[in-house]
Amino acid sequence: MTVETKLPYNKEYIEQFSKERNEPQWMLDLRLQALNKAEDLELPKPDKTKIGKWNFTEFKHTAKGEEITSLQDLPVELQEYLDENNLPENLLIQRNHSVAHSTLSKELEDKGVIFTDIFTALQQHGDLVQRYYMKDAVSVDEHRLTAMHAALMNGGVFVYIPKNVVVEAPLQAIFWQEDPELSMFNHVLVVAEQGSSVTYVENYISHNENESTVANIVTEVIAQDNAKVSFGAVDNFAAGTTAYNNRRGVAYRDATIEWALGQMNDGNTVSENITHLVGENSLSNAKTVSVGRGKQTQNFTAKIVHFGKNSEGYILQHGVMKEGATSIFNGIGKIEHGASKSNAEQESRVLMLSEKARGDANPILLIDEDDVTAGHAASVGRVDPLQLYYLMSRGITQEEAERLIIHGFLAPVVNQLPIEAVKNQLTQVIERKVY
Amino acid sequence: MAGSTLEIKNLHVSIEDKEILKGVDLTIKGGEFHAIMGPNGTGKSTLASAIMGHPKYEVTEGSILLDGEDVLEMEVDERARAGLFLAMQYPSEISGVTTSDFLRSSMNARRGEGNEISLMNFIKEMDNVLDYLEIDKNMAQRYLNEGFSGGEKKRNEILQLMLLKPEIAILDEIDSGLDIDALKIVSKGINKLRDENFGCLIITHYQRLLNYITPDFVHVMMQGRVVKSGGPELAKRLESEGYEWIKEELGIEDHTVEQNA
Repeated sequence: MTVETKLPYNKEYIEQFSKERNEPQWMLDLRLQALNKAEDLELPKPDKTKIGKWNFTEFKHTAKGEEITSLQDLPVELQEYLDENNLPENLLIQRNHSVAHSTLSKELEDKGVIFTDIFTALQQHGDLVQRYYMKDAVSVDEHRLTAMHAALMNGGVFVYIPKNVVVEAPLQAIFWQEDPELSMFNHVLVVAEQGSSVTYVENYISHNENESTVANIVTEVIAQDNAKVSFGAVDNFAAGTTAYNNRRGVAYRDATIEWALGQMNDGNTVSENITHLVGENSLSNAKTVSVGRGKQTQNFTAKIVHFGKNSEGYILQHGVMKEGATSIFNGIGKIEHGASKSNAEQESRVLMLSEKARGDANPILLIDEDDVTAGHAASVGRVDPLQLYYLMSRGITQEEAERLIIHGFLAPVVNQLPIEAVKNQLTQVIERKVY
Repeated sequence: MAGSTLEIKNLHVSIEDKEILKGVDLTIKGGEFHAIMGPNGTGKSTLASAIMGHPKYEVTEGSILLDGEDVLEMEVDERARAGLFLAMQYPSEISGVTTSDFLRSSMNARRGEGNEISLMNFIKEMDNVLDYLEIDKNMAQRYLNEGFSGGEKKRNEILQLMLLKPEIAILDEIDSGLDIDALKIVSKGINKLRDENFGCLIITHYQRLLNYITPDFVHVMMQGRVVKSGGPELAKRLESEGYEWIKEELGIEDHTVEQNA
C-alpha cells in the first residue's frame, strides 16, 4: 500500500548537508543509515486513520531566516506567543532553519545549563548529544517517518540540565516556519540529570494556508533519577503543513515528566505523546487540548507505559471539533509485568460543534500485572441544545453562548496546565481558532 | 404608559406533535403580578417555555406580542434582549463557565455593545444582590449550576432576574423544592422588583408562595386553557377547596393532558 517509496533527497545531498554544518562523523553515519532504512520501512499505522496518501515527501528541505535584532520589534506572526512586557530571559527563536535570537541567563550558563540549537550542540557537546540522540526514547527504525526524520533532521534544540540544578524560569523555544514551503525536521532533546528540574515551553508556527510542506518532529525528554521536567507546547502549523509530531519521555526512579500540549495545527496531523515510566515511583501527567477545524484529519495518541513499580500515569485530553474536522483520540495506559502498585488513569472528552465534524475517543488499558489500579473515562458528544437555550434565554447570542460552552469544555484542562505561559498562549490561540 | 405589555392570543403549542396548549389568552402589563395555578400536566410550564422559545415546543397557532412586536419571530436571545425573562424550573448546568462570567455576559448582552458594565460596577452590583438573597459569595466562582442544590439553583435564577431587570418575568415553579426560609428570601427578591415598569407571571402549584407574593390576578389552567381568572381570593379558595369545584362548575371530567390524548 506504500504509494511513493522514492525519497526526495539522496545520499550525496545528505553528505553535503552534514558537511556544511560540520557535524561529527557519527551523526553523518546515523543519517545515512537512516536514509537506507527509510527506503524499506513502512509508514506508521495510527489507529483508525489512514495516512497512506498524506504528503510526507514533498517539501523544500532547508532555508535560512533573518536575525531578529530587537524583541521590542517582534514580527507580527510571533506576537501571540510572547508577552512583550514580560519577555522570557531564556529564549531561542528559530526562524526557518536559522537561529534568529538566542539568550540564556548568565546564572544558568554558569551552572552548566545548555540551551542551544541542535547544530551548535552537535559541535560543542557532541558526546553528550550522542549519548541520548535517538537511543533511549525514539529509535531510528520504528517506521518510515522516524527514519526520514533521522536522515533529514534540519533544526531543533538541545536542553541539558546538570545534576541537582533547579531552573526556575522557563526555557522557551519558538520554531517559526516562515518560508511557506519549508520542512521542519526538528529534533528536540531535553536531558535532565539526577535531581534537576526544568520547565521547557515550545511553539511551532507557520502560515502556509495553501503551499504544502511537511513537519516531521521528534522530541525526546530524558528525566534521570529524581529529576522533574515540565514540558509545555503549543503546536500551530497552518493548513498546508502535514505534521508528524512524536514527543516521547523516559522517566527514571522518582522522576516526573509533565506534559501540557496545545495541539492546534490546522493541517493533517499525527501527534503521539508517549512516556515510559521506567523507574520506581516515576510519574507522568499528560494533559492535552486540541481544536480541529476545516477539513483536517488528526490522530492523537497519549500513551503512558509503566515499567517501574509504584509508577503513576495520568492522561487527560479534551478536544473540540468544528466544521468538517475529523479526529481520533487514543488514550493508552499500559502496565508491564512487574510494575506492581502502579496506577494508570485516563480521561478523553470530545465535543463536536457541527454535523460534519467527527470525533472518536479510544480508551485502552493494557495490563500485565495484578497488583495495580487503573481507570478510564471517555465521551464524545455535541453541544447540548438545552444549554444553548439556557444561555440564550439571558440575551446571550448563539455565537457567544457556544463560545462560553467551548471555553467551559476546555477549561478543566487549560486551568490545570502547570505552566502559566502555555495557559495564556493557549487561551489566545483557542479564542482565535474557535470563533 | 408605564412598562411593557405581553399579549398572548389563542396560543396553541405542541410538543412532538402532541397538542398541550389549546388556545391560551392572557395579557400581562407592567406593574401587574399574575399567578397561574392548576393541577400537574395542564400546560403551565409549556406556556412559560413557549413564551421564551424552548427548542422542543412548537407554536402551531396564535400569537405572542411584546409591546406589539411579534415575539414568535424572535430568536431566544432576541426575546431576552427585548425584555423577557424566564426563571426556569430546571436550569442547565454548564461546566467550566463560572456563574460570575455568565452573569456578566448576560448583563452586557442586555446593555448592548458600547454600553458594557465595568468590572468594578459589575462586582459591586452582583455582591449587593448576593447579599440581599443571602447567597454565599463563593457561588459566583463556581461553575454555573454545576453541583448546586435545588435551592441554590432557584436562588441563582432570582439572582439573574434581579441583575437583568427584565420588563416581563415568568417564574416557572420557582417555589418547588424550597424550604420556608428559602421561600421567604426568594419572595423578598421578587417583591423588591415590584414597580409600575415590571410585570410578572408566577407559575405555581401551591398557594403557599402567594402568601409571600400577593398577585393582582390569579388564573387557573386546565386542559391547556385558562379556565378561570380572578383576584387573590381565588388562590385562597383553591388552597382550601382544591380544584374539584372548578371542574364541576365548568363540567370538566379529566384534567390531565395525558388522559386526554
